[in-house]
Amino acid sequence: MSENKPESGPTVNPRVTWEGCSVLLDINDGDRLVFARLSAGSTLKIGNKTFSLQPLIGCPFGSLFQVESGKEKPYLSRFIPPTEENNVQDEGGCQLQEESRDNRAIIDNNQAQSLTGDDIDAMRREGATGNEIVEALIANSATFDKKTQFSQEKYRLKKQKKYAPRVLLRRPFSRSICEAYFKKYPARIGFLRVDALSLLLSMANVTANSDVLVLDMVGGLVIGAVAERLGGTGSVCNTYLGGKPYPMEIIRMFNFNNEICKRVLRCSVNDLCAVQNETSEQVSQHEDVCTMESQSDEKISLSVSTEEVHLSSKNGVSDLVPENELSTTGKTCKTPKAGEKAPKEAIQSWKENGFSSLIIAAPEQDAWSLVKDLLPLLTYSAPFAIYHQYLQPLATCMNNLQLEKMAIGLQLSEPWLREYQVLPSRTHPCMQMSGSGGYILSGTRAYSNTSQS
Amino acid sequence: MLLMDSSTKISFNRCIRDGDLVIVYERHDTMKAVKVCENSVLQNRFGVFKHSDWIGKPFGSKVFSNKGGFVYLLAPTPELWTLVLSHRTQILYIADISFVIMYLEVVPGCLVLESGTGSGSLTTSFARAVSPMGHVYTFDFHEQRAVSAREDFERTGISTLVTVGVRDIQGDGFPDQFSGLADSVFLDLPQPWLAIPSARNMLKQDGTLCSFSPCIEQVQRSCETLRSDFTDIRTLEILLRTYEVREWKMDHSKVDDGNSTACPPRKRRQPSSEASVGDNASSPAVMARPSAETRGHTGYLTFARKCVS
Repeated sequence: MSENKPESGPTVNPRVTWEGCSVLLDINDGDRLVFARLSAGSTLKIGNKTFSLQPLIGCPFGSLFQVESGKEKPYLSRFIPPTEENNVQDEGGCQLQEESRDNRAIIDNNQAQSLTGDDIDAMRREGATGNEIVEALIANSATFDKKTQFSQEKYRLKKQKKYAPRVLLRRPFSRSICEAYFKKYPARIGFLRVDALSLLLSMANVTANSDVLVLDMVGGLVIGAVAERLGGTGSVCNTYLGGKPYPMEIIRMFNFNNEICKRVLRCSVNDLCAVQNETSEQVSQHEDVCTMESQSDEKISLSVSTEEVHLSSKNGVSDLVPENELSTTGKTCKTPKAGEKAPKEAIQSWKENGFSSLIIAAPEQDAWSLVKDLLPLLTYSAPFAIYHQYLQPLATCMNNLQLEKMAIGLQLSEPWLREYQVLPSRTHPCMQMSGSGGYILSGTRAYSNTSQS
Repeated sequence: MLLMDSSTKISFNRCIRDGDLVIVYERHDTMKAVKVCENSVLQNRFGVFKHSDWIGKPFGSKVFSNKGGFVYLLAPTPELWTLVLSHRTQILYIADISFVIMYLEVVPGCLVLESGTGSGSLTTSFARAVSPMGHVYTFDFHEQRAVSAREDFERTGISTLVTVGVRDIQGDGFPDQFSGLADSVFLDLPQPWLAIPSARNMLKQDGTLCSFSPCIEQVQRSCETLRSDFTDIRTLEILLRTYEVREWKMDHSKVDDGNSTACPPRKRRQPSSEASVGDNASSPAVMARPSAETRGHTGYLTFARKCVS
């Protein structure tokens, strides 16, 4: 059932990695997230050791790898967690009612462990596996037996993460990419949380065979998510103020095939709003003029200058954690390019038919000034969704849309998301929680007496 | 509602035809689905609307009654459908629906299994997400509800993407013909742990599962069962908070006794026409506040991925 050829038409995202594909590496169960591109020479640094990523090529997404000590150097080896481990945890759950231990006598003075760092290094040199080291630490801990069941589990897990770290190979998908960025570099995606992103896609009715107009100033995350839902049909028009498109580096992490990439096109706002009869020469002239005009453009007067973040740096590999650099040698793998300039026919078609929906994710811009120009490009009855970090610009925009009677079914919402820890006798909401995922203004373009068709 | 044929453009741009399903929008909280019929009329508080007036107009048009009142005619989308469909069971709303689709990683071409079908609210969104090459197989043990769901999917034009089966998934599991073929499984059942072993057999490796349960006890039991063959088990809940927006004119004029009075909030519809000159000017401010009524809980969403062997 697994497709190995990503180029074969609009197929489901392949489930097995291949040379050159983009992956998301989850180290130690969410502690660290790293984007990488798999090739013979690509590596990953954990702690102070570097590991080759070659063993990951050709493995199914979802595979787990553990650090093993090899004859020459440690390497990543495919690891299947034995089901006994899980049973032990369940048994532990049942025994909880009889737990008699507690921590009243345990003193935290850093003297419980009798193995020293040198002892551990010696064990490593003799070829002990990570798990063996963990067991040795447990055996040499004076307080381990006094701990409660839960406490023992926590201790074991902590030691395992340090001495036998695990790497989970994840598919880059809008969900995993958004979560990774939100956790590590939320500012680069304008604090757009995964539930807010999912709402944008639903509220804007993103589906196959639709023409979606997107103004994305969050690194290309929204464009990528829309393209994913289009699945190689319809089109995404990446629009921008001025003459230069906004950075879209996040798209490269999606593993899009040619069919999907072809559907992501770009066209400036000015070109979209220009008179229908213009020839292509006039259109490109517009673009040059606009590059100069954009500096003094009133529309973007409210924008804070965000640093141009280029995440993809060395040789096609990008890292979310700057202190641990991924290094690749040799060739950059060829990926089909998304975001080509929209051909005249496409622009013509969009103008004649109108876009079927609109998404704006410009967390530092004034919403109304963007909506004012972009909404008339939609067909009537087309839905739109606008994301913003701050409530006020959307409130003003909503008010104006009502006064001008440009839209109906307007709703200003804020998503709230909470995660739970579910364990026997230990079920409760997680201690940490995201305070905000942004705000969304949604509605439908309606016919109004004052609007031009 | 959805377009299968990539050679034709999305239907919003075309004109309303006899037999189309339209969403009649009176107010943001008053909408209904109506099938356009040449000789029919719609009667509501605004008057009598003749369907024949609608035919030939584009979607999104404003249409008038004999008394001069008006409504808008919108093209159906899964979101609008969720708000107008007839509730045979408690349904899922947009916040849960959109999150489930994203978290299950449903994209065009996917094969999705669902039980129970209920009123088909989520099913409609699944159909949109897998269109045009994928398919949704949905099961409900209640024969009448399955029939009503089929009728709804015909009405909304998504019946080529959805197959409704009558089956007790808790008792009998999913049909063997889908073993190893499902990209995603969604469970909205009273005892989902009974269906989890079968779901495991249906899923591809690294396939995604979601179980929706209102009660925490159900969640605990489901998670226990999931631990044997699933990984990345996460339970979350999502709610949507809405805001009301008003234009508020604050009177800035200086008063001797030191009191400044604020004008009461005015309805949004009136554009502010006062001249804003000088110290006595009032400046309209747009203010937002959370709606007083909001949903407290819908259900817990538990997600998991089938382990890779």
